[in-house]
Amino acid sequence: MSEEVMNGLKKDYLYSLILKNQRADGRDFEESRDIVIKTNIIEKAEGSASVKLGDTYLVAGIKIQPGTPFPDTPNKGVIITNLELIPMASPNFEAGPPGENAVELARVVDRGIRESHSIDLKGLCIVPGENVWLIFIDIHVIDDGGNLMDAACLAAIAALLDVTVPAKKYGIGEDFKLPIRDIPIAVTAVEIDGSIVIDPSIDEGRIAGAKLTVTSNIDGSISAMQKSGVGLFTPEQINYVADVAVRRSEELREKFLEL
Amino acid sequence: MDKPEKFIIDGIRLDGRKPDELRPMKIEVGVLNRADGSCYLEFGKNKVLAAVYGPREVHPRHNQKPTTAVVRFRYNMASFSVEERKRPGPDRRSIEVSKVSREAVEPMIFTEYFPKSAIDIFVEVLQADAGTRTAGINAASIALADASIPMRGLVSSCAVGKVDGELVLDLMKDEDNYGEADMPVAMTPDGEITLLQMDGNLTREELKKALEMATEGCKQIYKLQREALIGRYKKELEEHKEDVELVETITESEETSIESTTTVNIDESGGLDDE
Repeated sequence: MSEEVMNGLKKDYLYSLILKNQRADGRDFEESRDIVIKTNIIEKAEGSASVKLGDTYLVAGIKIQPGTPFPDTPNKGVIITNLELIPMASPNFEAGPPGENAVELARVVDRGIRESHSIDLKGLCIVPGENVWLIFIDIHVIDDGGNLMDAACLAAIAALLDVTVPAKKYGIGEDFKLPIRDIPIAVTAVEIDGSIVIDPSIDEGRIAGAKLTVTSNIDGSISAMQKSGVGLFTPEQINYVADVAVRRSEELREKFLEL
Repeated sequence: MDKPEKFIIDGIRLDGRKPDELRPMKIEVGVLNRADGSCYLEFGKNKVLAAVYGPREVHPRHNQKPTTAVVRFRYNMASFSVEERKRPGPDRRSIEVSKVSREAVEPMIFTEYFPKSAIDIFVEVLQADAGTRTAGINAASIALADASIPMRGLVSSCAVGKVDGELVLDLMKDEDNYGEADMPVAMTPDGEITLLQMDGNLTREELKKALEMATEGCKQIYKLQREALIGRYKKELEEHKEDVELVETITESEETSIESTTTVNIDESGGLDDE
């Protein structure tokens, strides 16, 4: 109950700020928080990265091993994406099997990577129908500071860029860098009282009506979208978010070239 | 089925539809005895059932909200609904579909009328042929109305996809399997979006056009949903002649108000404040 009261008060405060074209942390509506990405932080993983997006902190690790392909794609490698909202990250997270939020986050991250054809899955076939490389992307949310979606997408692609496929360990030729063909970047916006703000903080996320994530590619096309939350968007707002997301992703992609 | 060489030949799709044509939809309202509201809906080869229970007590108790109702949505696919037997029970896909479907209908429900109570929506997919979540949302929205849950309006839903580099309305299974993009959308009668998902590849121009196509599709579906609901209750109302006349006046005024809001939307295109 006390949380409900606090939320009500925060809601009034943030709404009044939005009306004055302001945000609690002084950002512009189209401005996201500072991002710090570190790669190769877990030696035991084939690829890893940590992402700090404002107060949000999460770690992605990639494990790779040979295994059986899916029957309908016998000559393609497999991507399995999982995201854990571990209880240390927030008082709202509970231990146990992934709930709907964790499942949704993981599936949207997965969709962005899969649909951008970022990973050449055909290049990960060892023996067609029998043996292919399985890529496990596991993301652990360590500290929830809002907008987990964008941070998780960044961590996943940063970790993938860091991957060396351990072929030698399994006696399947020489180790090789995982070829990455695209860098899909997710940008999330929320609607608050008719205004659209990018990269919502935890409080903004909590009071927002609807939320929209747009994942876009190097060529400016869109590979995944997801609206969530109880609320509405007009088609104009969706087109607007898509434009901002593509622009913002171009800036973010330059960060990766620096890595 | 293997990938066909072309999906659209001379402007006609594999199942004989035009690019902007929906599959046929069949709607029956109030098909279940125990549920407070229900609907059976066929959308092409999709066959889905929706049931609504509530407002009722929340179990477990700690899930109840002090100021609003909790809306719960369970989307479930029957194991025999698809080509290869699906393992029964929720999987990651159906968990996500349940979540986004709930968020597609919930904005239309006056949840503040029923604090501390639950509104449960169940969607059972008996046969699947691409677009099950849109069929489920269409059915759920009718079942909610059939259960007399106060709502701001019905939600209508359909998908837009891309095959052969061309945008098409309402993908069927083969188009979905080999298509280049799939974008399910749900809308209010005013054309506001309550569900939007996309995977594949769309340019921003294509996104814009796809949203326009989805709007047209949802409008057509809205008409069918409304007719089905009126059809279901007309017989009962005929016993009270005056009430029927009242319904018709309301219906007429509703129609004009919908038209007028649509015009406003067009006039204000580009503007973000949609009044």
